[in-house]
Amino acid sequence: MKLGAKAWINDWLEGLGRISQLLREVLQSAFTHRLDGSYFINQIYFIGVKSQSVVLITGAFTGMVLAAQTYFQFHKVKMDTATLAVVGVSMCSELGPVLTALMVAGRVGAAMAAELGTMRVTEQVDALRTLAAHPVDYLVVPRFLATLVAMPLLTAESIVVGIAAGYAVGVQLLQIDPTYLWHNMLRYTDPNEVVAGLTKATIFGGIIAIIGCYKGMSCGEGAEGVGKATTEAVVYSSISILIVNFFLTLALNRILE
Amino acid sequence: MIEVRSLVKSFGSHRVLDGVSLRVEKGESVVIIGRSGGGKSVLLKHLIGLVQPDAGEVLIDGENIARLNERELLRVRRRFGMLFQGAALFDSLTVAENVGFVLAREKQHTAAEVAKAVEEALEMVELPGTQSKKPSELSGGMRKRVGLARAIVYRPEIVLYDEPTTGLDPIVSDSIDQLIMRVNQHLNVTSVVVTHDMRTARRVGHRILMLHQKRMYVSDTPENLFHSTDPVVRQFIDGVSDPKEHNL
Repeated sequence: MKLGAKAWINDWLEGLGRISQLLREVLQSAFTHRLDGSYFINQIYFIGVKSQSVVLITGAFTGMVLAAQTYFQFHKVKMDTATLAVVGVSMCSELGPVLTALMVAGRVGAAMAAELGTMRVTEQVDALRTLAAHPVDYLVVPRFLATLVAMPLLTAESIVVGIAAGYAVGVQLLQIDPTYLWHNMLRYTDPNEVVAGLTKATIFGGIIAIIGCYKGMSCGEGAEGVGKATTEAVVYSSISILIVNFFLTLALNRILE
Repeated sequence: MIEVRSLVKSFGSHRVLDGVSLRVEKGESVVIIGRSGGGKSVLLKHLIGLVQPDAGEVLIDGENIARLNERELLRVRRRFGMLFQGAALFDSLTVAENVGFVLAREKQHTAAEVAKAVEEALEMVELPGTQSKKPSELSGGMRKRVGLARAIVYRPEIVLYDEPTTGLDPIVSDSIDQLIMRVNQHLNVTSVVVTHDMRTARRVGHRILMLHQKRMYVSDTPENLFHSTDPVVRQFIDGVSDPKEHNL
């Protein structure tokens, strides 16, 4: 049991070290090597444009359910018009970035691990190396940068749609006064909440891309290896997002105070 | 030109190569034969720096590439072309994009020049007009030809072939053998072919090396090797699973 735990900790630390090395290489390459423009645009399209439906549906229904739940509790103490303020603050600083990141991790992180993993097991990554192209420059950097760009935009969309859906539920379904509802939302939702949310989104984007690419580039042989890499990419990036979110909340709260 | 000295490689506790040495002269065509799983492909990948040895040296024109990092290796690899066992074409790209990959990335040529070079390379491998096809639309033999076109389009000095005829029928295998001979002749390249197809070995090699029990067992001309009386060599050439059974 003790030996098993020790091996698990060793593996975990080794993985963390390798991800850090990959991140260092990606940052070095991003500043020192020319980016393949068309490949980068393709990645932006795949990560950003193609993820919109998932992110919009998630954002809208989160805003709606949050508005309804908040109203049910606030109605008891006659604070109905503060409903959208809760939705606004929650969507901007926590739910918008975290739920968007979890959805993108499921869609994009898995796709990155599966695509790069398949390229690895079919020797396409080796072929790339024989053609004098560095796999980090060609495969990882465009994905990493595209996710960094796409994530804040997707999160902003999710926040806007979440607040709009919460407003619609509050006004149309729950019959809350629209003027006070909107006014209170603007009053209590600080611009710093938006800054914090978009900063988190950018960092989550980096986590999704680096874990997805690392799992793909280091996956085991065959279909089993690709499957395992894909699952691990989603699980590890989701857990990392939730853990990092807690520390980011504390840090950003202090910085933006 | 290519020299390997006392190469040792293990994967985990399993030793694959144990003190392998070889030398390939400029313009020579060398075939490496040996049993499946015997480390031939691993040895080939050492020559281009895809695998790092545990011990030993890989010298390309006197430069030990075993000590270079991935970025330094890019410069050395530009001198190589490699045909992979499964062709390893990029399946998200078309045939033209695959073949013109290196030239397009170097940005030293216009799009028209790249297209012309791709066309010539595809003509050389007898696949003209396939530029817009995706790898998934090609047969196994066609994929190998495109892989070869991709490996030679930028005129490398050394071409490595990893099991070029494995999984192909005898007629397609014959055409791949002829292509390898044509590439050797027309482009004057140094070739290293890894195979266990004895017909390919006989036809394309100036010299045949045999890898046996993790070491280089024999190095000889095809003519001498095929007339060898050495039991290990004979067993491999005759394709006999048990020599005693063969004598009965």
